[in-house]
Amino acid sequence: MKKYFRDIFQGIWSVLIGMKVTFLHLFTPAVTIQYPDVKLKLPERARNRLYVNMDDCIGCFQCDIACPVDCFAIETAKALPTEDLGTTSTGQKKKLWVTKFDIDIAKCCYCGLCVYPCPTECIKMTDVYEFSEFDRHQLIYNYATLTPAEIADVKVRTGEYEKEQAVKKAAAATAAAQAKAASAAAPGTAPAAAKPAMAPPATAQATATVAPGAPKEAPPPTSPTEPSL
Amino acid sequence: MEQPLKDLLSNDVLAYVIMAFIPLLWIVPYALFAVWLERKVSAHMQDRLGPMRVGGWHGWAQTIADILKLVQKEDIVPSAADKKLHFLSPWVVFIGSYAAFAAIPFSSAYVGSNINLGLFYVIAVSTLVVVGILMAGWSSNNKWSLFGAMRSAAQIVSYEIPTALALLAVVMIAGTLNLQEINQQQTGWFWHWYIFKKFPFVFVAFIIYFVASLAETNRTPFDLPEAESELVAGYHTEYSGMKFALFFLAEYANMFAVSAIGATLFLGGWNSPFGDFLGGPIWGVFWFLSKGMFFVVVQMWLRWTLPRLRVDQLMYVSWKVLTPWAFVCILGVGFWMMM
Repeated sequence: MKKYFRDIFQGIWSVLIGMKVTFLHLFTPAVTIQYPDVKLKLPERARNRLYVNMDDCIGCFQCDIACPVDCFAIETAKALPTEDLGTTSTGQKKKLWVTKFDIDIAKCCYCGLCVYPCPTECIKMTDVYEFSEFDRHQLIYNYATLTPAEIADVKVRTGEYEKEQAVKKAAAATAAAQAKAASAAAPGTAPAAAKPAMAPPATAQATATVAPGAPKEAPPPTSPTEPSL
Repeated sequence: MEQPLKDLLSNDVLAYVIMAFIPLLWIVPYALFAVWLERKVSAHMQDRLGPMRVGGWHGWAQTIADILKLVQKEDIVPSAADKKLHFLSPWVVFIGSYAAFAAIPFSSAYVGSNINLGLFYVIAVSTLVVVGILMAGWSSNNKWSLFGAMRSAAQIVSYEIPTALALLAVVMIAGTLNLQEINQQQTGWFWHWYIFKKFPFVFVAFIIYFVASLAETNRTPFDLPEAESELVAGYHTEYSGMKFALFFLAEYANMFAVSAIGATLFLGGWNSPFGDFLGGPIWGVFWFLSKGMFFVVVQMWLRWTLPRLRVDQLMYVSWKVLTPWAFVCILGVGFWMMM
């Protein structure tokens, strides 16, 4: 009997306590962050979209090599001795035209491993995380600063130059071999003659066409706020 | 209001039709508002914000958007359902809750039907809701629906008793079942309200009535018929589109109906708490609706405070706590009146 009354009293009392708790919560500020209107500040070293400062890129492929998911597609062409591509902000001389620098950000796993090996610190992770697209192919970012026409031009020029070099080299090699053969007048000239055939790299013809993987000609998405890491 | 309308329109039938539709003018906007309010109250009690985007200011148009969506939705009827009952049950549920408004006085000038058996009629007709719920549960041919419907039936059968007994305590003092007369007897300052009469018996009766009315409207902590964590959605699991909206409308109409009856019987209905100050039929509507809305808000408050009861706990509360104490209240009031 005593328990019956105590239960009733406790029932009513605990309901009142509960109502007090919920009533007080009615006036505590909500924890909700209304995302598109209000954004949380990201941690200082947050890793989000990659950004490449092409002015500093020397085309060394270090990022491509480091990437565990293979999201880079880089092509380079040697600059002619007569061309001066300038230096990077770190003072390194640029020796290569970067004719293609695509990052498939859909593949990117945001590990940041490409950032550390970069000798000129031109690739970095920004705090931009709102870059969803309706088409997956839109997530392949082209960072190369050259226009398609310039790229084609560069490739033709370097191709010709390399051909010339190869011809010269071959001529020099044959001349040297002939000289050697003449002076020594000994058997075993065949291996020397075979050498020039390997010397000219066949890349000139292979890369003469404009890179097909260029879905949009928009300039590389630059982030308005680039964190200084 | 009945006589002037008849005089104005010189057509009795038209006058009655208009009289019948007046509560709907309140219930539909109220339901839209209350659903929004419920979401806001629940959100803020959980330190959230709730709907914030539709319509600008705190998502005020959210429920309007929701109802537009519900209107457009496909009306799905399960192939194994009892088609006729499945179609009929939302209407029965809504009619049951709407019919109760016929005898509830909104103001000294307006009561749908000023009948002598007003309170008896309200209690009787609001029980029709459970018939509709049973129809919905049975016709859906779904075990969750049927479970919900059976629970609802058991619950309402149990809780009708403390509800009626608690109201009986007031009826004994008032000596009438006419709700308009009960209101008129409470005219004056707020200490004329029945809740403060024969203290503490009527006060306890009010608490009993309020708790039991929560169970009758299937609100938490007595929301076993639609317990979403156990029964999907209970009796309206198989409903979609406008039929579902009707169930929802009926639930909210019911919430207001029980609050309005509580306000009428215990808190003076349309009477101003300050005597003649802000009295009269127009302010009467305001006072009546505010008192009703106050209890609707308390119902929401309780909903987001308390967890659901178990079935045996539900029965314990009804048969071992509320019913005996309702009898105690009746006895107390009876002895007091005899002395």
